[in-house]
Amino acid sequence: MAVQPRTRRETWRLLFLLSPSLFWLIVFFFIPLLLVFAMSFGQRGTYGGVRWHLNLENYARLFDPLYLRIFWRTFRIALTTTLLCLLIGYPLAYFIATRPVRWRSSLVLLLMIPFWTNFLVRTYAWLVILRDQGLINTLWTGPIHAFLLQVAEAVPLPFWSSLVQATAQPLPLFGTDLAIIIGLVYGWLPDMVLPTYAAIERLDRSLIEAAQDLYANRLQTFLRVILPLTMPGIVAGSVLVFIPSLGAYITPDLLGGARSIMIGNVIYAQFMSARDYPFGSATSFVLMAVMVVGTLIYFRMGGGEVEV
Amino acid sequence: MSEYAVELEEVSKHFGPVVAVDRVSLTIRDGEFFSLLGPSGCGKTTTLRLIAGFEIPTEGTVYIEGKPQGETPPYRRPVNTVFQNYALFPHMTVYQNVAFGLEMRKVPKREIRQRVLEALEMVRLPGMEDRRPNQLSGGQQQRVALARALVNRPKVLLLDEPLGALDLKLRKAMQLELKALQHRVGITFIYVTHDQEEALTMSDRIAVMNEGRVLQVGTPQEIYERPANRFVADFIGETNFLPGQVVEATGEQVVVLVDGQMPIRVPAVEAVTTGRWVTIAVRPEKIALHAQPPDPQAISGEVEEVIYGGTDTRYQVRLTPETVITVRQQNAQVGEAVVFPVGSRVYLSWPPEAARLLTE
Ligand SMILES: Nc1ncnc2c1ncn2[C@@H]1O[C@H](COP(=O)(O)OP(=O)(O)O)[C@@H](O)[C@H]1O
Ligand SMILES: [Mg+2]
Repeated sequence: MAVQPRTRRETWRLLFLLSPSLFWLIVFFFIPLLLVFAMSFGQRGTYGGVRWHLNLENYARLFDPLYLRIFWRTFRIALTTTLLCLLIGYPLAYFIATRPVRWRSSLVLLLMIPFWTNFLVRTYAWLVILRDQGLINTLWTGPIHAFLLQVAEAVPLPFWSSLVQATAQPLPLFGTDLAIIIGLVYGWLPDMVLPTYAAIERLDRSLIEAAQDLYANRLQTFLRVILPLTMPGIVAGSVLVFIPSLGAYITPDLLGGARSIMIGNVIYAQFMSARDYPFGSATSFVLMAVMVVGTLIYFRMGGGEVEV
Repeated sequence: MSEYAVELEEVSKHFGPVVAVDRVSLTIRDGEFFSLLGPSGCGKTTTLRLIAGFEIPTEGTVYIEGKPQGETPPYRRPVNTVFQNYALFPHMTVYQNVAFGLEMRKVPKREIRQRVLEALEMVRLPGMEDRRPNQLSGGQQQRVALARALVNRPKVLLLDEPLGALDLKLRKAMQLELKALQHRVGITFIYVTHDQEEALTMSDRIAVMNEGRVLQVGTPQEIYERPANRFVADFIGETNFLPGQVVEATGEQVVVLVDGQMPIRVPAVEAVTTGRWVTIAVRPEKIALHAQPPDPQAISGEVEEVIYGGTDTRYQVRLTPETVITVRQQNAQVGEAVVFPVGSRVYLSWPPEAARLLTE
């Protein structure tokens, strides 16, 4: 359908109809964003607050190896989280999408139910599981250690003693990147499963049969037909996981301890404890720029390519 | 090596409580154009899928070129399918679609190119290589699907209502084209359709199916002229059914009393005994109408309706209070042919072998 040239009256009517959402966007999104942007060029006042002394110092400070390292770690964690979500979520989505129709919505519901619990509570649960006196480590240093010890006494094997020694200590799970990644993967998995599920379910089954009819085995069918045709779902899911992972704050705060922090924690600290609003603003802006650029690159890579 | 391209031996397919295919046995010869004909839901597609390997028989065996297929997956069977909705890969060009099967079988690039272009030539679609399926018309998509299957030079090509989505005119043209193509490439075609006219026009032999069972297998003439039962007679073309009771059975001939008052003579097909309830089937175009009785035993009736239809005229003739029979008279003569007006008394005759005695 061609776009009709609009008369001036129609334009005004359109603006009028859009005005509530425009108002909302301007007051609660654009103005605060502009404020933050302006602040990022200011300077921290002696007692907090902002001194409007325009300079680029805040941005320069981000090139400090300390912050570069945190940026890099944030990126690495977000990327790993996205890949793991894809590796777990896609097969799960495929499984659900290939069940009989009457099962599918129940399975999706089953997947969603845990996520109706508050995010903070669920992340806290992981803390209980992963920490030194947590569920895993209680088993590790308790029954597992005892069992290995008994076996060691019965059959002396050369490498066994190191195993026994390993189980004597709790596994260093809490306060590591791994703990953060576990928490993020758990938290964002549905955001990967739902779009990939939608894409796989929409896939015409007869295309899979056509590929098999044309001598493609299961792997070839997957690589040549299923994967390219479900790519829009993969792209959407990856963006939905990657972007919030980049900005994660609660998960690294609870599971990363003091050692493993992400850029979200830096921003939080600037605003809430260091009271350095200008530096916090600059960090936020750089993070946002990375997200926007990342999203654009990703959609270029696969998003616009596939038409179904 | 078997003389048959495909054989089905007592093949059944159950989906839970549904019996989609019920003890079907078929032998399809090499190079034959074989049609599976039947109403929607009678198990045609399932039969085709059993041959292609998308379904595994619940019971019985499928042989391709004499080899029992067991649970051989589709990609290891020397057959290709033209799907009902074409199932072209939307993310690939026409060229990539047609080349797909050859690539999977690791045919050298140069040979692929040559064969793909040949195949597109064969279905009269040259110059379309770089189009996407959604840039093609229904008829063109159909040709791509055909090329994509034929390029692999399969032993057997399975076609599931390939012309179903095309408009009437294009369908008629494609029927002839497909038949000619099959003749040229010499590949065995197994063709599914619910259109009896299509099956009669195109096939060397037809299997008529209903409710998962094969009711009759034969050439188009055999099926049309000597339907094995009431369903086949009814499904293929138009037929008058006259139910009655056998009152006389003398080897060659049987006399059936229709509606308790009208004796009709028909040749005996199998041993029938007096008293049995049977049905006589007569095609409308085999019946002749006369103003005077052509023989003393000729049955008669009253013209109730006359419908002029260009090439022929249809009469509805009431024989008894319960029975009306349809008669089709060719309008072969130029000008005014003999027309029997509504309400006139007419006498009917037909060649003895035109009336079929159906015993079930
Ligand atoms: N995968 C399936 N699951 C359950 N029932 C099926 C399945 N495939 C076909 N059927 C049933 O088997 C019967 C035959 O179907 P089909 O072979 O598609 O008929 P046709 O192609 O002659 O229209 C129908 O009653 C259909 O509902
Ligand atoms: Mg069908």
